[in-house]
Amino acid sequence: MSVESQGWGPLLIVAIMAVVTLATRWGGVFVMSFVPIGHRVSQFIAAMSGSVLVALLAPLAMEGDGGARLALATTAVVMLVLRKPLPAIAAGIMAAAVFRQLGV
Amino acid sequence: MPATDTPLPQHQIDRHLVWVGFRQMVPIAVFVMMFGAAFGLAAMQSGLDPAWIVSMSTLVFAGAAQFATLDLWGPQVPILALALTVFAVNARHLLMGATLYPWLRHLPPAQRYGVMVVASDANWALAMQAFGRGQPGLGVLLGGGLALWSFWVLGTLLGTQVGDLIADGRPWGLDMVMGCFLLAMVVSGQKNLRMLVIWLVAAGASLVAYRHLPENSHVVAGALAGGLLGMTWKEQPHER
Repeated sequence: MSVESQGWGPLLIVAIMAVVTLATRWGGVFVMSFVPIGHRVSQFIAAMSGSVLVALLAPLAMEGDGGARLALATTAVVMLVLRKPLPAIAAGIMAAAVFRQLGV
Repeated sequence: MPATDTPLPQHQIDRHLVWVGFRQMVPIAVFVMMFGAAFGLAAMQSGLDPAWIVSMSTLVFAGAAQFATLDLWGPQVPILALALTVFAVNARHLLMGATLYPWLRHLPPAQRYGVMVVASDANWALAMQAFGRGQPGLGVLLGGGLALWSFWVLGTLLGTQVGDLIADGRPWGLDMVMGCFLLAMVVSGQKNLRMLVIWLVAAGASLVAYRHLPENSHVVAGALAGGLLGMTWKEQPHER
């Protein structure tokens, strides 16, 4: 099922995102008031939180052009060295820009 | 810091504590404003209307999830993939709520769920730190959350104004804002061999689904694969 991104469609999309997000903010507290969240469930959630982002990035890296790959590689390296997200993101974008401006 | 001799109960929350929490968060919130600007810019590049972009930041207030769904925006937006992606990215909120419960349970339900509306990574971390030191932490949860929220919305608004000036961001690498942001979030997380293997499995499952399963199923496939491996593979005792 899909929604048009024209007209009032985005209202429904933003509403769904807001409701789902609010459910995650309230859900943990709500569930805990009945039964404590177990070790296995919390391990599943912890592993899933990073995995979902990796799953999103994998095709981006595989199907992207050289600029996209260089951007991601640069961000990863700067992030590992400096441990600061903003310089890492800026360096990644600049790497893609330079790569594409040079028309490699 | 309240200058009283008798220690406050840790679930104490009042106007003063909320204001202290707000001010404590402002230095971090300035960075969040820049992330908001990056989101506004990236969303403009994805072709979203500025009014919807700012509404989304105001009502959803979840950076990684907002970035993650930009990938799904086209003439038609698939609802199920959208909802599942938002849920998977934000599932960590469930753990935040669970860890805060020992203090939240002392509040009446309206306040308990009220403060959780602005629960986010940075204010949750500061609240848990305060509890760890034996201080009240719910003020920084609410006040800090309000600071993060207002700076996030303001940053998004600024980003849409800048994004309006750049018609085609691709030659300038601006299509990579989303990818670089999410990758920076991944790398800033827990790093050990176990997590690395989980991520590799998630990436593998995602790529298989991307090529062989219906469109937009790859994010959910990767998230489930990584989550299930994390559930069955016990962490080493020393990590606890």
